[in-house]
Amino acid sequence: MAEKEYEPKIIGFFCNWCTYAGADLAGVSRLQYPPNIRVIRVMCSGTVSPHHVLRAFQKGADGVLIGGCHIGDCHYLRGNYMTIKRMRFLQDLLKFTGCDDGRLHLEWISAAEGPKLAETVRNFTEKIKKMGPSRLKLAALAA
Amino acid sequence: MKVRHQARYIDMAKCIACGLCAEKCPKKVPDEYNLGLAKRKSVYLSYAQAVPPKYAIDKETCLYFKKGGKCKACEKFCPTGAVDFSQVDEDKDISVGTVILSMGFRPYDPTQYGAYHYANFPNVVTGLEFERILAAAGPFHGHLVRPSDHKEPTRIAWLQCVGSRDLNHCDNSHCSAVCCMYAIKEAIIAKEHSKEPLDAAIFFMDMRTPGKEFEKYYWRARDEFGVRFIRSRVHTIDPVPGTDDVAIRYLTEDGALETEIFDMLVLSNGLEVSPQVQELAKTLGVKVNANKFADTSSFTPVATSQPGIYVCGAFQGPKDIPQSVMEASAAAAASSELLSSARFSLAKKKPVFEERDVSREEPRIGVFVCHCGINIASVVDVEAVRDYAQTLPYVAHVENSLFACSQDTQELIKERIREHNLNRVVVASCTPRTHEPTFQETIKEAGLNKYLFQMANIRDQGSWVHMNVPEAATRRAKDQVRMAIATAALQPPLVEFDLPVTKAGLVIGGGVAGMEAALGLAGQGYKVDLVEKKDFLGGHALKLNHTWNGEAVGPYVESVVKKVTSHPRITVHLGAEVANVEGFVGNFKSTVATQGRETVVEHGAAIIAIGGHSFKPAEYLYKENPRVLLSLEMDQALREKNPLVTGAQCAVFIQCVGSREPERPYCSRVCCSHSVESALELKKINPDMDVYVLYRDLRTYGLRENLYKEAREKGVIFIRFDLENKPQVVQDAGGALTVTVRDHILGLPMHLHPDVLTLASAIIVKDQEKLAQLFKVPLTNDGFFLEAHMKLRPVDFATDGVFVAGLAHYPKPMDEAIAQAQAAAARASVVLAQDAIRAGGVVAQIDADKCSGCQACVGVCPFGAIDYKEREDVCEVNQALCKGCGTCAATCPSECITLFGFSHKQIYTQVDEALEELESAMEEAAG
Repeated sequence: MAEKEYEPKIIGFFCNWCTYAGADLAGVSRLQYPPNIRVIRVMCSGTVSPHHVLRAFQKGADGVLIGGCHIGDCHYLRGNYMTIKRMRFLQDLLKFTGCDDGRLHLEWISAAEGPKLAETVRNFTEKIKKMGPSRLKLAALAA
Repeated sequence: MKVRHQARYIDMAKCIACGLCAEKCPKKVPDEYNLGLAKRKSVYLSYAQAVPPKYAIDKETCLYFKKGGKCKACEKFCPTGAVDFSQVDEDKDISVGTVILSMGFRPYDPTQYGAYHYANFPNVVTGLEFERILAAAGPFHGHLVRPSDHKEPTRIAWLQCVGSRDLNHCDNSHCSAVCCMYAIKEAIIAKEHSKEPLDAAIFFMDMRTPGKEFEKYYWRARDEFGVRFIRSRVHTIDPVPGTDDVAIRYLTEDGALETEIFDMLVLSNGLEVSPQVQELAKTLGVKVNANKFADTSSFTPVATSQPGIYVCGAFQGPKDIPQSVMEASAAAAASSELLSSARFSLAKKKPVFEERDVSREEPRIGVFVCHCGINIASVVDVEAVRDYAQTLPYVAHVENSLFACSQDTQELIKERIREHNLNRVVVASCTPRTHEPTFQETIKEAGLNKYLFQMANIRDQGSWVHMNVPEAATRRAKDQVRMAIATAALQPPLVEFDLPVTKAGLVIGGGVAGMEAALGLAGQGYKVDLVEKKDFLGGHALKLNHTWNGEAVGPYVESVVKKVTSHPRITVHLGAEVANVEGFVGNFKSTVATQGRETVVEHGAAIIAIGGHSFKPAEYLYKENPRVLLSLEMDQALREKNPLVTGAQCAVFIQCVGSREPERPYCSRVCCSHSVESALELKKINPDMDVYVLYRDLRTYGLRENLYKEAREKGVIFIRFDLENKPQVVQDAGGALTVTVRDHILGLPMHLHPDVLTLASAIIVKDQEKLAQLFKVPLTNDGFFLEAHMKLRPVDFATDGVFVAGLAHYPKPMDEAIAQAQAAAARASVVLAQDAIRAGGVVAQIDADKCSGCQACVGVCPFGAIDYKEREDVCEVNQALCKGCGTCAATCPSECITLFGFSHKQIYTQVDEALEELESAMEEAAG
């Protein structure tokens, strides 16, 4: 592996109404964050199934960031309640199967929270960078 | 009407809101959106989410206007040439049928409270300023710091009723109705934002949380978040020498003088009407009341004194968001009743474009990579992205454009679609949230289904956020473009279809709310079936004497009943109830059972207005002693001049009977005003009568505060008690009553001997469960119907086509019930005014072959859009009700649900494409 600083790849699932809009606002406000993320726009964070997340890890993602509306603000009333349930479960499942804790992160970011979006992506990227490549990826590379 | 359109010196058609003008503008001025706590430039966007997102030049401060033609930095740097200094204010004559005044309020300026030092101490801020301090888009990016030294406060106090309920410092005798809740909210959010434990203290006179779910919020603030609530009007604030802190001195309820030091004070300033609004009201000939708000009757809450001019929001009276939104719909209803004959007469029909059938074609994708002037191109290598796109599967054409959103590019895209026989288009530019509709419209005009379009966001989530790492930004742009192309290739054309609408309404409940809702719908030209359980109309309003404002209720109810029964478009079903409901928005079929006979009613929308009932308490000797009455029984006694009341020497009212208690943790909203009004009636009968109101918090919110003031002036005595120390009521052998209550100020028990005792008992809802099930709408824990959104959709249900009004939603006085009924009629007529409901597009579909009938999707759908078909043992999405959130698709264990446009395959493909490089590396390593 290259000796220079490890550049992780992060998948972001952002809901159309809040977090995706917050990410646009971060842009309008010219708030800088690391370019390691690739964003998939979904209508609601509740659109993201555990399978979608698992696929990302299978294919070598080092981290997955899911962004939704704050509780009570969901455009679809209670889609994000489903998100919490699913992702908490998935986080436990990942831990149970021996994956590193903390590679799947869930955050509520509203359309007005450009700074929070930038900060979240920054902190998450930093954290994943420190953790290094995911074990799944290392295993695949070593196989 | 003559309307002045102020020049903004920016051509809205050209502005792309890139913000370069503001970046280059040399002039900094206080930002009014952040109440002067931050700066903005002379050329500015009022706030980040402003709609439309277009800049404007503030002539008052702009150097060009101030310095006679110098500067022009914005003009020089604007990439689209949108700056236009030659614009002038324009007066336009417009002809309208009605006018709605929604001019809002002005926050009270606390400078006049000398003792609170708002002008001198930077750490004394107003409620609205604190709101900005907490806001993510505010001056401190949501970090809780105090203005003077940006230190994080650990002690904050809120002082209530600043500029409200006060005739000493100002003329605002009214209660501003929103400050108690906003102070509690700010205290909770401040505690959540604070890294250190934060001491939050609210100094108040009466805690007024009479709205839906508000009382529980108050309790949570106190019990879970530890917000301190101190019942005291603070009289002095002093600086703490050598610090930026402030000391406040106050008297506790038992008379002790206390001093506390805080890092910061928030003055919960009230709502008032600005002089400009008063001026405009005068111009329009709209009468205002003593508190300067628009004068309205309780029976026509949104009609001003000037026919054809309606009012909503805080100019009608101080109020919160839900109430404002309700009134907005009510004003729209009142307006459209007047204008119903002219409906759609000025509407233009959109042209219909023939759609090419591309379902059998291989994808042929055209990719347009935008420079956005230099907004993208100065960071991302757009030519490289274009060339890269050329190499990807299914791409038939690639091209760069200077501004993809410009009109000539739209023409160009259409031309390229024809020229290269493209059947899908991908634009790599800004964000789909603002520009997807533009491009969808373009490809539609070129004969493509509008869903055969994808956007890659390489500006807002590309060049603008990775400005210092152009190579990485270009790599990300390429990835996002590859993801967009791959998902576009998988995108099928989506069908939208029309469902016819039955242009008729069903209203359930024949009280004031139900009757007003029925009249609202009928007034707009729709047929209405009104179902009432009892064999007469009028509901509880028949038992009321006056509104809080002193207007006689009887004649009003009588006239409404007459209007309803004689209206040619209203069919009244008395002694009837809804036995069954089938169908969905626009197409309901309900069975109305009238004494065994069943009638099927077809309707497009339904309004639930079944009202409330008074709670019958098992305390305070109710039903055990004839001198003990409920509020409505007191009204009856007053009406009938019952000697029990007319001959009384002493009368006592006990508030919160059954309300604000653990088993009924809500405030019934109307009882304080009702008791005060009855107390005043008693004083009218006999000014020497001793009248006592025993209360916990006196909640005469808004202009009702004037009534409370009048009662105190007329000698009504108010004694406060706590839930832990409720009054005791006993009777002697002769039936004489003794009420014992501990006086808070004296600290001693007081014994009262009333001739009549009135219990202000709670308002509850009965027999609501069946109706809730029939219409698939939810109830709160307290049994009231639960709307789609407490603030923004106060009369809608999540289930389309079903609406709520009146006490079934929450206890409320008559003016609010009428406004809500009119609002429900307005919302229902949004459905009924359409000839057809457009369904389809981005909606979910279940593959019946793969569906196992587990019904997991039925449970998670927030809109009741999925039904289980028992015979086939499969679930089915009603596409007319589906809103396209996709939570069902994510829940389905066999992935047999597809959310069109966001299918599992499309999401997996995007994931795969995003990680393509890694995957190939992994495969390589695996050999």
